[in-house]
Amino acid sequence: MRRSPLDLVRARPEPPIEFSFDGEPVAALPGQSVAAALWQSGRLAWRRTRVGDRPRGAFCGMGACYDCLVELDGVPNVRACLAPARPGALVRTQQGDGHDELR
Amino acid sequence: MTNSAEPAGGYDLAVVGAGPAGLAAAATAAEHGLRVVLLDSAPRPGGQFYRQPAAELRAARPQALHHHWPAFQRLLGRVDAAAERVTSLGDHHVWSVTGESGAFTVRALTGPDQRQARSVTARQVLFATGAHERQLPFPGWTLPGVVGAGGAQAMLKAGLVLPGRRVVVAGSGPLLLAVASSLAAAGARVPLVAEAADYLGYAAGARVLAANPGKLVEGAQHGAVLLRHGVRLRPRTAVVAAHGSDRVEAVTLARLDAAWRPVPGTEWRVACDAVAVGHGLVPQLELPLELGCRTRRLPDGSAALVVDAAQRTTVPGVWAAGESTGIGGVQLAVAEGELAGRAVAGQTAAPRPLLRRRARLRAFADLMAARHAPGSGWTGWLDDATEVCRCEEVTVREVRSAVAELGAADQRTVKLLTRAGMGWCQARMCGPAVARLCGAPSADGPDVPGPDVAVAGQDDGAPTRPLSTPVPLGLLAECDTTAPSSEGAPR
Repeated sequence: MRRSPLDLVRARPEPPIEFSFDGEPVAALPGQSVAAALWQSGRLAWRRTRVGDRPRGAFCGMGACYDCLVELDGVPNVRACLAPARPGALVRTQQGDGHDELR
Repeated sequence: MTNSAEPAGGYDLAVVGAGPAGLAAAATAAEHGLRVVLLDSAPRPGGQFYRQPAAELRAARPQALHHHWPAFQRLLGRVDAAAERVTSLGDHHVWSVTGESGAFTVRALTGPDQRQARSVTARQVLFATGAHERQLPFPGWTLPGVVGAGGAQAMLKAGLVLPGRRVVVAGSGPLLLAVASSLAAAGARVPLVAEAADYLGYAAGARVLAANPGKLVEGAQHGAVLLRHGVRLRPRTAVVAAHGSDRVEAVTLARLDAAWRPVPGTEWRVACDAVAVGHGLVPQLELPLELGCRTRRLPDGSAALVVDAAQRTTVPGVWAAGESTGIGGVQLAVAEGELAGRAVAGQTAAPRPLLRRRARLRAFADLMAARHAPGSGWTGWLDDATEVCRCEEVTVREVRSAVAELGAADQRTVKLLTRAGMGWCQARMCGPAVARLCGAPSADGPDVPGPDVAVAGQDDGAPTRPLSTPVPLGLLAECDTTAPSSEGAPR
């Protein structure tokens, strides 16, 4: 069994919380961002691009690139790398610019 | 974080950025009696370098992911000790600084979705805005699992997560070694670090290296970690393509010549489930450029703020420290923050050891910038369909056609013709690549003559963006447009 980042810093996190991603339950440690929780669950993509309908996820990890945009509780264009994961949040893959309803 | 009321007449100093430089500047200025407001977009201080795990993760040894951790604890202790005179505003995304010496307005967004407006006033302002990564595109770099090297580091430091189990680290610059050793220590397999430059180049700077033994020790520490985890460092090597359909599954690597051109016939394939890539750092200058601060060209083609010996920019009342004045690392950032903090407080005589320290570390930074400057041959690994602009999905073909057929000679014209750089990130990711693909210095680029003049095709362009973070239109409409403002300042 290989070492994990939690072992490395001897983290003893509070019990995990759960949110929904595209209808599936995802566990997150309190304090993690939505992007960190999705990475931990093995998911790397949570946006489809506007032009090529290609999958995207976190890239810069610091709020500068906007590649990790996600729909959070019905609000599109939220940076998943900055947004804290909250219990019961409804996270959905963002399609294009997130405003399909305006078309 | 403290959140006391603004003093009548405003703060003496607003520090934008609570990384090493900003913390040092705020602590020093407060120790000299100034009332300081310290703003940062992150909830906790530290910046990118000292990014901490969220408190709820209860990390007993966060320093396992950090170098120079005691220095950070000392800085936090000094800010705490001066808490009466330092107002720390975390989770404040500064989007504009306007005004003039004696009366600056700093506007920020805060709250859960950054939709609440908050502004502070201060007589002087200090930019410690740090840097973000320079990215040079390659085929497949938009696949999920291909992430910034600094991005992988940031997600690991803050959220204690890894992008994959087997991570290729690639690009150029000393950050790659730090990222590879963190990833390996945290349990990822790192089959290799592909460094485009040639580390032998450091031999040319033997005197500078000898004057900075601490840097050699730090390099040796990374080297020891990499050795222990069986990570191989391959100089003059690049990831020239990432493969996969919905996520990265493998990369093609190739040897590079001295100009970073891939050598045909040297390609080989390595399986992986993530790639951490970056080609050095570029200063974040949106806010100071809006105020009209002048920049200079660094040996690696990036633009950095011009500052004098006291860390004063070319605009009265505006100061800068840390990566915004040129990428130099944490120790230089702290030294500059100290010097700036003293000078803002009116201390004209700086301690000589501190001045010598800054000079020595700056010489090392210049050596690094020259050694890791992107070679012009990197464009040899592009293909026509490679996306350059990630936001607007603009390809190499479109950019090259704008340059070759439509006559675009600079980054701005390419943007107008192709939309490259017009999207969410406002060219933070594609700007340096587009500027370099134009083969000519950016028309609105830094204008300092002399040795800093940009070299065609090896210039990152100018990071001019009117707003440094997206702002809801309603908040823009509420701004008091009659207040003193620098709008229309020459640049």
